[in-house]
Amino acid sequence: MEQFTSVGKRIPKSDARDKVTGRVIYMEDLKVPGMLYGRILFSKFPHAKILHIDTSKAEKLVGVRAVLTGRDIPPIRFGFLKDNVPLKWGKVRSYRDEVAVVAAIDPDIAEEAIHLIGVEYEALPGVFDPEEAMKEGAPLIHEVDARGGPLESNVLALPWKLVAGDVDKARTESAYIAEDRLKTPWVTHVCMGTMGIIAEFDLRNNLTVYANTQIPYLAQRDYNEALVAMGLRGSRARLIQPTIGGGFGSKLDTYGQDYIAILLAHKTRKPVKIQFTREEEFFATSPRQPTIINIAQGCTEDGRLTFRDVSMILDNGAYASWGATTPSVMMMPISSLYKVPNVRYIARCVYTNNTWSQAMRGYGNPQATFAIECNLDHLAEEAGIDPVQMRLVNSNTPGEVTPQRFKVTSCGLKECIERVAGSLNWESKHGRGDGRGVGMASLIHVGGGARVYKSDGCGTIIKVDDFGTVDVFTGATDIGQGADTVVAQVVAEVLGVGAEDVNVIDNDTEVCPWDVGVHASRTTFVACNSAIGAAKKVKEQILELAAGYAETQKDKDGTKREIKLDDDPGNLVIKDRMIYSTGDPEVKIPLGKILRGSHYRTGGKMVMAEYFYDPNNENLDHEFKGNLSMTYAYGTHGVEVEVDRETGKVTILKYIAAHDVGRAINPMLVEGQIYGAVSMGVGYGLTEQLVFDKGECMNPSFRDYKILTAKDVIPVEPIIVETMDRDGPFGAKGIGEPGCVPSAPAIANAIYDAIGVRLHDLPITPEKILRALKEKEGTEIP
Amino acid sequence: MKNRLSFTLNGDRVEVEVEAYWTLLHLLRNHFELTGTKEGCGKGECGACTVIVDGMAINACLYPAMELEGREVLTIEGLTDEEGGLHPLQKAFVEHGAVQCGFCTPGMVMSAKALLDENPKPSEEEIRTAIAGNFCRCTGYIHIIKAIKAASKGR
Repeated sequence: MEQFTSVGKRIPKSDARDKVTGRVIYMEDLKVPGMLYGRILFSKFPHAKILHIDTSKAEKLVGVRAVLTGRDIPPIRFGFLKDNVPLKWGKVRSYRDEVAVVAAIDPDIAEEAIHLIGVEYEALPGVFDPEEAMKEGAPLIHEVDARGGPLESNVLALPWKLVAGDVDKARTESAYIAEDRLKTPWVTHVCMGTMGIIAEFDLRNNLTVYANTQIPYLAQRDYNEALVAMGLRGSRARLIQPTIGGGFGSKLDTYGQDYIAILLAHKTRKPVKIQFTREEEFFATSPRQPTIINIAQGCTEDGRLTFRDVSMILDNGAYASWGATTPSVMMMPISSLYKVPNVRYIARCVYTNNTWSQAMRGYGNPQATFAIECNLDHLAEEAGIDPVQMRLVNSNTPGEVTPQRFKVTSCGLKECIERVAGSLNWESKHGRGDGRGVGMASLIHVGGGARVYKSDGCGTIIKVDDFGTVDVFTGATDIGQGADTVVAQVVAEVLGVGAEDVNVIDNDTEVCPWDVGVHASRTTFVACNSAIGAAKKVKEQILELAAGYAETQKDKDGTKREIKLDDDPGNLVIKDRMIYSTGDPEVKIPLGKILRGSHYRTGGKMVMAEYFYDPNNENLDHEFKGNLSMTYAYGTHGVEVEVDRETGKVTILKYIAAHDVGRAINPMLVEGQIYGAVSMGVGYGLTEQLVFDKGECMNPSFRDYKILTAKDVIPVEPIIVETMDRDGPFGAKGIGEPGCVPSAPAIANAIYDAIGVRLHDLPITPEKILRALKEKEGTEIP
Repeated sequence: MKNRLSFTLNGDRVEVEVEAYWTLLHLLRNHFELTGTKEGCGKGECGACTVIVDGMAINACLYPAMELEGREVLTIEGLTDEEGGLHPLQKAFVEHGAVQCGFCTPGMVMSAKALLDENPKPSEEEIRTAIAGNFCRCTGYIHIIKAIKAASKGR
């Protein structure tokens, strides 16, 4: 067993002291001298022509410094398909379309001013159901694509299709088949801190942006493109991130309000801030995309999976952000959760006049896993096989290459299933149908980065000061998950200093090295591997400086003694901020002394190193196959529920969450990720839904959008399975997203076990349970 | 038309002119620049703005500034001791991993403080009730409850 000083320890999050004292600065708290406040006027229609906009009254209001509409701005296009513009002109396609914007000297004036803007609309027929939107003759949301080419359908021209093996043949050869249709709703991130941005230009037209983004370097590129569109070629964008009040995927893209703030700052030559209200955060940020899923799976007599056939329709909403690309990640569980030789998956994303979607914790995986795991229980029942056995028989194993060509290295799935079944007391609890039931679901997720872009890289720079304190400049972003802390821990471990001696700087594109962003549960794996690479180089430099170092030391009794470190750096170690000769542990010199010695001499040297780590994973090829991640994370959740047949209320009695995390670099932070993700996953299963009525968000408040509160605490018991991944930093894999993936299907399966009805439409509310029970009993539904 | 009032803020007597429509939250964040108290919704739904007025945890976003005359207000900034040492609750939040993004943390700590002041040994149920109005999206509340329990045991 290795002896570590920092890795594996429950070290408090680096910024926790500043957070508990209220000292950290979030976007909400940040003011720049002279700053103006921007406020956006959103559309009053889900689909309409804009005939005329009258801004004259708003412009005359005292304190207003600028009013902009789509007429006044250069052609900036953004979003995955570049189908979106910061301020709309010609027509609006959703209630969250930005129609006009005001900058004023205080937020109240800005608010008053947007109400003075007169917009004349001509309503157009809207379409709010993706299946309706696919029909011939449905209102067209976009008449042309980003290049001006005509569009004839609301179905996005995206090639989401994965085929491996022969599904049709496997279907005919299967002993048992189960088919289901499932639906998942819009849910939203509900970051406690809302979206915000401050944009400011200097006299050379260089742009500084303060934003709570998850993608500082990709956003920088987007902003640089916008500067070019604004005629400011040669200007550059710098991005500074204040403390971020939650991410969960919501800040993985650049948005209309970003460009609007930049345009206002340029027009007014003042810093301009746009901070979303809570209501705007609910209706004008991008939620998780809803899906309609048809799934069939088959198995042999003894329960081995023969095929998985999935087709899916995604409500894309009015514009394309990363939400339109989530099918690429849904392919992962569809092809590779359990061993299934024949796979077919087709997804269609359809424009509607609804809100448009984005990444949210799991990036499509929660929707796909809901379908797979509910349907797998159905199949197990058809085959007369216990659901645990069904999962064990088909479990992934090390050395396997999946139909999508994922190379399974470490894999603790079997252990997760077995330990969950054991902790739940499955054999005695399952199959009683007496109002109490147990259910289970597993997951696979990328755990070793994900080559979504051409690069999956992260840079690190380390410098060491005069006293042995280490500054680590990382491309990684902390959104509360603890990137700052685990990076410090691995650097401390390599350098032989304490984690408290390591200062992580991670919030300024002008200071920190490049990274693709905090997504895909990649930060621990990629940023820590990068930090370890830089730390090893630094260590080498320090030991070279220390080799052969000699000095006279005085003992306590005053006797002088000559000591000398080994001449060979290979025979030196750093431990507890001291440098030792391995041959003679009595010979030791403080690290700080060596470093100072290097600075205070002629021809001195600065101890400093950089390292860029880009994992050896693959982009998916044209068939959407390839080893997307260096390693994969697995887990199984098991839940025991009690369902009240009178009220439809579900009570979670027990919740076991087993996760293969490779190694827990910080078990306390790992637990924090699991607890938080389960809370979100259970919300997805039981309570959360962003409700839209003809495109209008009906519940944009905490009162009406039900995240779990402390009164609903889920009694989560985490089981951390350590498989020591060969490529992971000290063996670790990602754990940011996995915890919210299998909750909903585990609960749905437990409800079936309790009361014998399958609920395939999230969230599983008491009304839906009562309705299903009545349908089962054949009674009239009122 | 501004109104003059005086009250105690984190142990110091303060005098201030306020507009009739100002909330305590507006006063704290914009006038006193005490930004540790957060605005999460502005409607009294999320608890991020929780402070203690005369021993009671309240939502500063709903509390009219005009009501402050003669009262005692405690915010997160007033919880540390004179040397900047952490309050036992703050310490417990740090040590038990109760902080992730941290946006709910000041309000959560203040709700917990009001609870422990009134009920030094609360049950888990009482802890949950005390923080039921403080929403957190990161932690699932488990480490938070653990921290509050630990702080109550340390008393």
